[in-house]
Amino acid sequence: MIKAILIFNNHGKPRLSKFYQPYSEDTQQQIIRETFHLVSKRDENVCNFLEGGLLIGGSDNKLIYRHYATLYFVFCVDSSESELGILDLIQRWFFHSLEHVGNSVVTVFPLWLSQIFEEEGVLSMHKVFVETLDKCFENVCELDLIFHVDKVHNILAEMVMGGMVLETNMNEIVTQIDAQNKLEKSETFIFQSPRQDR
Amino acid sequence: MPAVSKGDGMRGLAVFISDIRNCKSKEAEIKRINKELANIRSKFKGDKALDGYSKKKYVCKLLFIFLLGHDIDFGHMEAVNLLSSNRYTEKQIGYLFISVLVNSNSELIRLINNAIKNDLASRNPTFMGLALHCIANVGSREMAEAFAGEIPKILVAGDTMDSVKQSAALCLLRLYRTSPDLVPMGDWTSRVVHLLNDQHLGVVTAATSLITTLAQKNPEEFKTSVSLAVSRLSRIVTSASTDLQDYTYYFVPAPWLSVKLLRLLQCYPPPEDPAVRGRLTECLEAILNKAQEPPKSKKVQHSNAKNAVLFEAISLVIHHDSEPNLLVRACNQLGQFLQHRETNLRYLALESMCTLASSEFSHEAVKTHIETVINALKTERDVSVRQRAVDLLYAMCDRSNAQQIVAEMLSYLETADYSIREEIVLKVAILAEKYAVDYTWYVDTILNLIRIAGDYVSEEVWYRVIQIVINRDDVQGYAAKTVFEALQAPACHENLVKVGGYILGEFGNLIAGDPRSSPLTQFHLLHSKFHLCSVPTRALLLSTYIKFVNLFPEVKGTIQDVLRSDSQLRNADVELQQRAVEYLRLSTVASTDILATVLEEMPPFPERESSILAKLKKKKGPSTVTDLEEAKRERSADVNGGPEPALASTSAVSTPSPSADLLGLGAAPPVPAGPPPSSGGLLVDVFSDSPSAVAPLAPGSEDNFARFVCKNNGVLFENQLLQIGLKSEFRQNLGRMFIFYGNKTSTQFLNFTPTLICSDDLQANLSLQTKPVDPTVDGGAQVQQAVNIECVSDFTEAPVLNIQFRYGGTFQNVSVKLPITLNKFFQPTEMASQDFFQRWKQLSNPQQEVQSIFKAKHPMDTEVTKAKIIGFGSALLEDVDPNPANFVGAGIIHTRTAQIGCLLRLEPNLQAQMYRLTLRTSRETVSQRLCELLSEQF
Repeated sequence: MIKAILIFNNHGKPRLSKFYQPYSEDTQQQIIRETFHLVSKRDENVCNFLEGGLLIGGSDNKLIYRHYATLYFVFCVDSSESELGILDLIQRWFFHSLEHVGNSVVTVFPLWLSQIFEEEGVLSMHKVFVETLDKCFENVCELDLIFHVDKVHNILAEMVMGGMVLETNMNEIVTQIDAQNKLEKSETFIFQSPRQDR
Repeated sequence: MPAVSKGDGMRGLAVFISDIRNCKSKEAEIKRINKELANIRSKFKGDKALDGYSKKKYVCKLLFIFLLGHDIDFGHMEAVNLLSSNRYTEKQIGYLFISVLVNSNSELIRLINNAIKNDLASRNPTFMGLALHCIANVGSREMAEAFAGEIPKILVAGDTMDSVKQSAALCLLRLYRTSPDLVPMGDWTSRVVHLLNDQHLGVVTAATSLITTLAQKNPEEFKTSVSLAVSRLSRIVTSASTDLQDYTYYFVPAPWLSVKLLRLLQCYPPPEDPAVRGRLTECLEAILNKAQEPPKSKKVQHSNAKNAVLFEAISLVIHHDSEPNLLVRACNQLGQFLQHRETNLRYLALESMCTLASSEFSHEAVKTHIETVINALKTERDVSVRQRAVDLLYAMCDRSNAQQIVAEMLSYLETADYSIREEIVLKVAILAEKYAVDYTWYVDTILNLIRIAGDYVSEEVWYRVIQIVINRDDVQGYAAKTVFEALQAPACHENLVKVGGYILGEFGNLIAGDPRSSPLTQFHLLHSKFHLCSVPTRALLLSTYIKFVNLFPEVKGTIQDVLRSDSQLRNADVELQQRAVEYLRLSTVASTDILATVLEEMPPFPERESSILAKLKKKKGPSTVTDLEEAKRERSADVNGGPEPALASTSAVSTPSPSADLLGLGAAPPVPAGPPPSSGGLLVDVFSDSPSAVAPLAPGSEDNFARFVCKNNGVLFENQLLQIGLKSEFRQNLGRMFIFYGNKTSTQFLNFTPTLICSDDLQANLSLQTKPVDPTVDGGAQVQQAVNIECVSDFTEAPVLNIQFRYGGTFQNVSVKLPITLNKFFQPTEMASQDFFQRWKQLSNPQQEVQSIFKAKHPMDTEVTKAKIIGFGSALLEDVDPNPANFVGAGIIHTRTAQIGCLLRLEPNLQAQMYRLTLRTSRETVSQRLCELLSEQF
């Protein structure tokens, strides 16, 4: 079972948190801090799994994470989940979130690129290049996430429900999301003009 | 700021978020947030009715503020209103808010449930989906009560859309996890099993997850799922990768579903039907074969998906543990991964191999990889991977390679990360003892451990080496010689001084013949460390000195001089002072015979397993880290498992009969008033952390405490001045207790301060929150204090309530035990006779059962007994036990970290006026504690 899904940036600022077990608000914040502490001190290119922190249940739980540009994506799971499966899920979710929230090429480009470099194992050669790009478009993906918090949640809800993986077929998810977007658009015209909207 | 325009949905929200992001300081951010909160509050309270869009926008802002870590205490009502909107976007935000910020406010839950009910009945798949998601994400007991009956119907109804079925399956799974007692088994179970044949792979995946969890607790009910799962798996594995279209992921057919199916099969033993079994073996072979094929894609996604299935298949092979051929193939496959360039695969291979090492078929095959694993320990950059390597070395260790593995672990310890040192120390200690052929090797290893990582050597470890040395006379001389040599190092760890002090005190005579270790040299060596040590170690050394007086009469004078010095005889520490005075006196007045009797060599310890080892042997499997964690936890509860050396020698002075005269003769100064000597600090004293001014427990406190085990309300304490009443309620792992303090006099109580005191152990497992009460209590008045209670993990002790106040001119100080006991977190479970006995059998490991036979303290009345069992918190099951005179109960202990199923059986014997009480739970400490609590009640 997935206990929690957390996204925070390189400074530990939470960007999305979803807990599938009841924790008090205070504990939630503590868990985020603890997880950030555990994950952020790890080098790049080490493995993507580590034992969970004490607050979330100690070594019975694993943290499975990925680090993209300025963001950490962390899933905290118990022993009943497949590590590689979850790792893959993070990746799919991440890219589809991006495709659906940020439409401009600029948004997606550096991240895709750095990912491709990582896969090909030529990160070091192009590291400088990627870093420059990251600097130019600093926080690009972060901004997308926080400005579309509801949409990211939506996509997540289509994949994970109550701590269990609901759907892994991206086409299925995309169909659902598209249907929702259509519904949303059909409702938008009723809204007031955005200028008086504060 | 080009990004702002992207928040096209809601401009107000985008502007707010940009403002926050532009804040230069934390203060500015808080100011901006407070301004926004005030704005939203006024909008919500304003006369003008807000339209759906505005509500949605403000609720979104609240969500964002919450995400930044600020408390949100309003807006719930507006979110609930959004639920009943007919617009999708509004409804969706409402649900999002509820599932992120759910509040246990019962009024609100009713409204939410109402909205959910309407959406479930709406036949609109999108709305049904939102409602099911909300139930699954909140998953509270109230929701389970409202919907647990409804959801199975949606799940198996013929006309339910696939996407809704998927959601319904997972929603039901969630409710079953949180409130298994509320999900009724019934006709629907067989129909759920048949969902494994569904055409829609998403439905199959969700159903497989659901069945896996249900089958773990009701294996019989879901037995038919095995053959269906095997045939489904076989269809996936043998299909050409294009057959499954959308569910094929980077050339791997339906990897996620395969993983889930393989997990489901791990709930059952190998299939009995030879046809099914043959088919499954084919599947597993096919998966192993595919691993050897060249990859169809260079993408990491391809290898991840393929290997996820492979690792799960290997887990199943290990779980079945019946096909030697497959086990060895699995081992070879993992062996390849050990050297893979992908760190993740190395990590997982080490982890899987750990379980493989416990199978007799593959243990030898695993051992062939020892060099690779040792190499991993030395060269891996990642501490997580190194930790797994340590685990695997530990699991593959046996008599043939113990010396090599222990040596490698010791050398790794010198550079190991601080975070895993203690664990390695425990592992080395266990292995050295378990596989020691030659106990001199064992002694060397432990002394090395202390030398390399003395700070991480827990008391348990050094207690154990002393137990072993005392019990095995063939190693005593060697041990004395070795510690003597080790102590000569200019800087040695305090733990070594303890071990050295103890061993030389007992067996120093065995090496005294050698002029290099003459009695006087031994004494000077130990005494040179004395002033560097902490009080408990000094206390231990003083006992060693008095033992020397007996062993070596020639150093008596020297030792008496030391004891007589002001720094001993007038030491500020009571324990040290007392020892110095008594030992000095003893050495002066006692004859040699009496000395020899009192200070005789310690008798052998009863042969028992060290608690770390006992823990290890229970589990046949390889000991995982969890085992050790438990061992560590247990250690703190089980201080008496060790031989408390210092205490042992003190009691040798004060208890045996010859010493009785001595103490009379000795006219030792009266023990200074104050807290009882803490026996050298080696025992955990309940009060050691509390302020010294805390009163001892009030008389009768224990009895009053016992009365509250089966009830929640009543008077806890009463004297002429003060009455303390309790009212409490518990639900799942949470509770709330109201403490009422009544002033029975007509005079004010001043500085009235109640304090809750928990030992460190208890604090970790039970969280108590309360606010201070008014420091003055008027005559005849009553004040009330609320305590919020959360059970984090199972616990044994009870918190102490200490009350201090001034009445008239006098200071009053009262302590009582507060009756918060483990059984308060019981949730009763009803079950049929058959289920009960099946579960009873499942909990048949000896450590899961605790039994107590005791004499009845009250009249043996059936109705009273029944009421007590119900009051204890478990369900009372009728018609379960074949003997109607017996009582049988079942329930679940809820803690934050775990739910522990408990079964109990009480057998009265009227003739003998005795009871036999048996508790079976999945956790030893829980069985133990519940048995203690309940057996006091009859």
